[in-house]
Amino acid sequence: MGATIALNSEDKTTWNGGGNRPFGASYGKMMMWFFIVSDALTFSGFLAAYGLTRFKFIDSWPIADEVFTHFPFLHGVHAPMYYVALMTFILIFSSVTMVLAVDAGHQMKKKKVAWYMLFTIIGGLIFLGSQAWEWKNFIGGSYGAVQTTDGKILQFVKDGHQIALSDFVVEEHEERVQHTRKNGLWNESEGTLPSYSVNEVVNSYKNDPSVLIRVEKIDLATKKKQILSREEGERYLLNAKQVVEGANLHVNEYGNPIFADFFFFITGFHGFHVFSGVLINIIIFFNVLIGTYEKRGHYEMVEKVGLYWHFVDLVWVFVFTFFYLV
Amino acid sequence: MAHAHESNTKRIWMVFGILSVITIVEVVFGIIKPEALHLTSFLGTSPLNWIFIILTLAKAYGITWAFMHMEGEKKWFRRAVVWTAVFLIIYLVTLLLIEGVYLFDVMSPLTKWNY
Repeated sequence: MGATIALNSEDKTTWNGGGNRPFGASYGKMMMWFFIVSDALTFSGFLAAYGLTRFKFIDSWPIADEVFTHFPFLHGVHAPMYYVALMTFILIFSSVTMVLAVDAGHQMKKKKVAWYMLFTIIGGLIFLGSQAWEWKNFIGGSYGAVQTTDGKILQFVKDGHQIALSDFVVEEHEERVQHTRKNGLWNESEGTLPSYSVNEVVNSYKNDPSVLIRVEKIDLATKKKQILSREEGERYLLNAKQVVEGANLHVNEYGNPIFADFFFFITGFHGFHVFSGVLINIIIFFNVLIGTYEKRGHYEMVEKVGLYWHFVDLVWVFVFTFFYLV
Repeated sequence: MAHAHESNTKRIWMVFGILSVITIVEVVFGIIKPEALHLTSFLGTSPLNWIFIILTLAKAYGITWAFMHMEGEKKWFRRAVVWTAVFLIIYLVTLLLIEGVYLFDVMSPLTKWNY
């Protein structure tokens, strides 16, 4: 079993210009596997760097349950995890239709291959849409927070639950015009202004005794973010610098900005893989339709893109674990 | 590939079933977070995290062996791919996580949490 001799084959698949098939694998399939190895190492580099950073900030890292809480059509309902679980299912299912396409290809059933490829493409597109929605919620933010001069994020809670700024901040009719390139300091602009000013938030906090401040620091005994007393909170607010709504590469209302950086980079890189996977699947789908592989006598090409597609699924399994579960 | 293939449809659906059950178990654990598993520590992290990691590796095995059909490849081709990746990843992760803990030890005393 498992002899590693090069097999002679009259097959047209070429290896080194000849008919050799080392390890019994065709040139294309073997190269796809080696590409997958290198791509897997790239992803593990990213995830390992995420792990390093997480351990570096182990006492203040954002808690995933408090960050990803949305589910479509359930507005305002606290639903952690369900949405990513759904995305995971969508991707695993599209993996199944892919492997069914490969299976049908072995039996030279062109119609079946085409249908399963189509389902796989649709699954991939749904996943991409879901990821876009997830990004939208993350970028837009759901509660808003205040950042201190030394970069710490202060969130607001009432009765143990986080509340949005709009739930307690009273507007004070102060005028603050967004600075654009064409007025004021020439050619300088600033980002979108948050809905409330720091003063409004601080004054509203002082006027509402039921509002408490939650800091990033994790209480190791309960693994929950620490909630400050009223007086302590007031002292923290003396250092308030800006109001933060949502997350981008510079600020992040959920906590450390580098969490957002990693989230965008790793899920973005994975999403890019899904996107290219969908494109390649579409090309192969049309090749199946016009009978390219029927003429060639085998559906190995479907098998090769299948390998790539399963790999994308494989990566998501790890992203899911390390971003949402652990 | 040239030889005739029997249909593996039944097995594919079974593997899908197993992968789904594992995912459901993960999600249920992730939502409930039983205190005995979540708030205790074992080998550097909570037992709950170890459960997640082991279940993830089980899923990865299922995808690679059944869906990517690694079980059907020649033994040494399989090893060239799997051993290379697994060895390098373990090496990298070990070094980086040790470094992360060190960074925390050095930096956390410098971070101010009271004002």
